[in-house]
Amino acid sequence: MLAYYDAMADVFKALADPTRRLILDELAERNEQTLFEICGRLTTRHSLSLTRQAISQHLEILEEAGLVRTRREGRYKFHSIDTTPLEPIMSRWLRRTTTKEKGVSE
Amino acid sequence: MKIHMTSVFVDDQAVAHRFYTEVLGFVTKYDVPIGEDRWLTVVSADDPDGTQLLLEPSSHPAARAYKDALVADGIPATQFAVDDVQAEYDRLIALGVRFTQPPTEMGPVTTAVFDDTCGNLIQIATVPDM
Repeated sequence: MLAYYDAMADVFKALADPTRRLILDELAERNEQTLFEICGRLTTRHSLSLTRQAISQHLEILEEAGLVRTRREGRYKFHSIDTTPLEPIMSRWLRRTTTKEKGVSE
Repeated sequence: MKIHMTSVFVDDQAVAHRFYTEVLGFVTKYDVPIGEDRWLTVVSADDPDGTQLLLEPSSHPAARAYKDALVADGIPATQFAVDDVQAEYDRLIALGVRFTQPPTEMGPVTTAVFDDTCGNLIQIATVPDM
């Protein structure tokens, strides 16, 4: 149980930062992005003036929380969003509520 | 002062020459033997007196580390201008070119990034008239 709570804490901590939420927004639009593309999107679409190093650190936090997966293909490295860690949020609050509401209406 | 030449480090000059002329469509400007290597430059077909691109051998050990680090993070070695990124992307995909980034709007500019098969990523861009 403790491991579960720690994992959830990492997810919420990762999501607490607006830049990291923007990174997930951009990956949700299209997966398999290089660090260069993510930097370009944040700079040109969101006017963020972050260093590549800072964005790389944000990606590391997202990866540690399981929200971003990286894949190496030859000499390239691609980043994708993984929403699996958000599933417990669904089952913990949303799905429970939905089931009850359904039960009432049915 | 005027920029008349820029360069990319290529793993193999013969492979680079073929890719930059036959696939990308540049034309050879100079091809002069120098020891084991060549002084090899290409120019745009529609601007033969314009800026030359030197296809420089990347035999220096530091060049390899530099190129690998850039490629791992998806960073292009240089940028070429095209009239229509999407059309150029379609043309190059049909020729088997590997892209690490398909055409994407980056603010006012549309860009895409491909592998030059010689150890570099190259960005193509359509810049709107300012």
